[in-house]
Amino acid sequence: MLAPVTHLLPLTTVQRERLLPVPGQVFAHLDQKISPLDVVGEAHLGGQHLLLDVARQLRVPPEKADKLIKCRAGDQVVKNQAIAQSRDLIPQTIRAGQDGKVLLVGGGKVLLEVGETAIELIARVPGTVTRVVQDRGIEITFSGALVQGVWGNGQVDSGMILPLLNSPEDVLTAKQLDVSQRGAVILAGQCSDPAALETAGELPVRGLILGSLSPTLLGQAAQMHFPIIVVDGFDGRPLNTAAFKLLTSNAKREVTVNAEIADRYNGARPEIYIPLPVTEEPPRPREVETFAPDQPVRLLRTPHAGAIGILINLKPGLATMPSGLRLQAAEVKLETGEQVVVPLANLEVLG
Amino acid sequence: MPASLIDADSLLAVDVGSMTTHATLFDVVEGHYRFIAAGQAASTAAAPFKDISEGVHQAIENLQTITGRKLIGDDHRLIMPVEEGNGVDSFTATLSAGPAIKTAVVGLLNDVSVESAQRLARTCYARVVDTLSLNDQRKADEQIDSLLRQRPELIVIAGGTDQGASRSVERLLETVGLACYLMPADKHPAVLFAGNKSMVEKVKSNLQNLTSYLSISPNLRPTLEVEDLQPAQRAMAETYTQLRRTQMGGVDELSSWAGGTLIPTAYAEGRIIRFLSQVYDPSKGILGVDMGVSAATVAAAFGGELTLGVYPQLGLGEGLANLLRYTSLDDILKWIPLDLPAERLREYMYQKSLYPTTLPASVEDLAMEQALARQNLHVALNSLAKDFPRRVGRPAAGLMPYFEPIMAGGSVITHAPSLGQSLLILLDAIQPIGITTLILDQNNLMPALGAAAQRNSILPIQVLESGAFLGLATVVGPIANTRPGTPILQVRLVHQNGNETRVEVKQGALELLPLPVGEAGRLYLQPLRHADLGFGPGHTRPEGIPVTGTVLGVVIDARGRPIRLPADPARCREFIKKWLWTVGG
Repeated sequence: MLAPVTHLLPLTTVQRERLLPVPGQVFAHLDQKISPLDVVGEAHLGGQHLLLDVARQLRVPPEKADKLIKCRAGDQVVKNQAIAQSRDLIPQTIRAGQDGKVLLVGGGKVLLEVGETAIELIARVPGTVTRVVQDRGIEITFSGALVQGVWGNGQVDSGMILPLLNSPEDVLTAKQLDVSQRGAVILAGQCSDPAALETAGELPVRGLILGSLSPTLLGQAAQMHFPIIVVDGFDGRPLNTAAFKLLTSNAKREVTVNAEIADRYNGARPEIYIPLPVTEEPPRPREVETFAPDQPVRLLRTPHAGAIGILINLKPGLATMPSGLRLQAAEVKLETGEQVVVPLANLEVLG
Repeated sequence: MPASLIDADSLLAVDVGSMTTHATLFDVVEGHYRFIAAGQAASTAAAPFKDISEGVHQAIENLQTITGRKLIGDDHRLIMPVEEGNGVDSFTATLSAGPAIKTAVVGLLNDVSVESAQRLARTCYARVVDTLSLNDQRKADEQIDSLLRQRPELIVIAGGTDQGASRSVERLLETVGLACYLMPADKHPAVLFAGNKSMVEKVKSNLQNLTSYLSISPNLRPTLEVEDLQPAQRAMAETYTQLRRTQMGGVDELSSWAGGTLIPTAYAEGRIIRFLSQVYDPSKGILGVDMGVSAATVAAAFGGELTLGVYPQLGLGEGLANLLRYTSLDDILKWIPLDLPAERLREYMYQKSLYPTTLPASVEDLAMEQALARQNLHVALNSLAKDFPRRVGRPAAGLMPYFEPIMAGGSVITHAPSLGQSLLILLDAIQPIGITTLILDQNNLMPALGAAAQRNSILPIQVLESGAFLGLATVVGPIANTRPGTPILQVRLVHQNGNETRVEVKQGALELLPLPVGEAGRLYLQPLRHADLGFGPGHTRPEGIPVTGTVLGVVIDARGRPIRLPADPARCREFIKKWLWTVGG
């Protein structure tokens, strides 16, 4: 049976594609060292549009209006420039309300584009450019520690990781945050205190990594201008022990918090990168796994939600769960030594 | 062309869902079509595969293992037609995988063509992100910018009765055309036009080169009074499939195996429900419900007229993160027999949205999952009920019409730990009235039969009659305006062997009268205090009603319509526990 995979790796190599939504200009070049906040490309999406109904305003048929229009598609116009003028004794003039570009003329109308929306392509991942996709973007290769989360608020930043927890169960409160943590990436367990998020934003911190976040704070977290990654979920579960060990053992190192919004169809996930010096490229993670003995696994549902263990064996046939459901299951040895039977549907492979 | 057994003997049907891919084999056994076996595998539409082929191949391989029949050749292609006992004679496919299609709806008047276009969008896996109409206060350029921001994948355009308004439609077409023109070529949306037929040539000339796919359907509102969604539904289904072909790997291959007849799962389910409504008692409707992870689907048909609704926001997966826009925690909590804080339920919903394929292993999780299934199905059904044809009678405002039978799919219902739980989920969610039969689709056959019905009308009928579906219960749902505890019905069930079971049913009660599968009986119902069983207040069929055995027998659900639960949470839990105990836990 195919297994979902979450990466929690102390040393690995990953490649991430960063592409513009529309063709544009790519600034980065092959083999360039990239920081997460580097702008590696730019595209122009066009601005707002103004549709001038010349025929209606001049009260003439569209075909006649077309002859009164003084601009052509592609022309740049400035504010107050005449767009069309009637041939009356006292001519009536239609002027551009803003600087802009004429996109279309016809049917007695003029379509103007005013302003411009430039999209910057931020690298979001530290590493080296290993491929340039012409006019669209780059592929970045990163080596170091990698932790994938389950929810991100879309922001990205880097800073020194500062654990504010002694155990994975610890709860983050506003009182724990002070000015000495300004510019740091805070690692904490659970958070259900809106004041904690508020204070973190006021300092400000460069990122917040949480085991779990109360769902009532999701709206607030989404609005924050610093990246927030939730590693385990929304139900008050502690930070999983594997992530706890990996992240606390890298305390005070520079980390990148890429709180990308998760999308299971395109594969986007929030990720934490800790660049580490390597002499040769560490192995790449496996994206596809099938359940098998000796795999490290994370338990996704109650009981033991968020616990880490080792898959001992796959149970033959179907096993009856406490809920009464009969499901394909595996025996898993938890870190506590306890051996439990878990539905395969409620497991994911860590690797 | 009438179908025959000779046309194609065996049929392999594949249904690709967001979470699971099913492969189902039908073949002729002793001169009749039969369901043979089903294999399933995790769907692979999402990352890292982003291609449905792996899941399809695995599901078929699992089916091969079960049946011992080779279906895929060494070249990884489907063996079709049958060669030396291997392969199949025909193949159908249905698809629901993928995120809901971002859809913009365009029409003239909000309460006429826009409403019809929205109803059309609801027949497929769509999420309406923008609506343009003459009622829209925005200027044309603001509408253009809105479309550019929303980037719909599909634009459904309706408006103008045939021979009716054309200039207003033209204005809206111009707005849509300009927005499409301004989108990058690789982001052009598909467009489905189902408006004034005199505008078709204009639509083609204006939009043909600005869309990824242009579909023209007969007007869904040919006159102001008449709404005809059926042809537009077909066009909507084709457009959906076409979009998925460009968005998702493996859809092309699946479509070619199906000879180009790949259709959306909900469309297939709707088709079989409509088909059955032409076969069964014309005085009642047929109801089909499917409570899935990616959507709740409800199909109701009355004498061949189908009302279909797909509600991605009411699925039991990713949609749960936004469910509280459509219902409340209290309305879900009331169905849970355990004393749980509301926050625990909220957390469960958000956590499940992160891991939609996970399953409830604990008693607490199961209680929350089943409560969500009840409430979501209830909300979906009540939403769809607003679109039922006006001619469809209801015993009172706010109640469901009479249905016979009610067919249910979705593993939360069909694979509940006990059949009593399946029964109670359906009774609580649907609250059927009159006399009806509940049928479970435990093998996910509905999409397959709906897809097959297009080419072979014999197969669905014979499979339905073969016992491939599970008859869950015959339900009697009386309506009585009286206090709980008051007798409202005397029931006498006479078995084939002459044995009788008698019971007096009180308002508020839930009673089960066993009538095992394979047996038959006659049900004599004597309503008291003007209770209505669907024959009019206080009326009955003195000659009795023939009933056939089902796994749970005859169920008298006299809990009231609508079911009114006590306001006190503790008492409410007691009621739910008592009902669970009554149906076998």
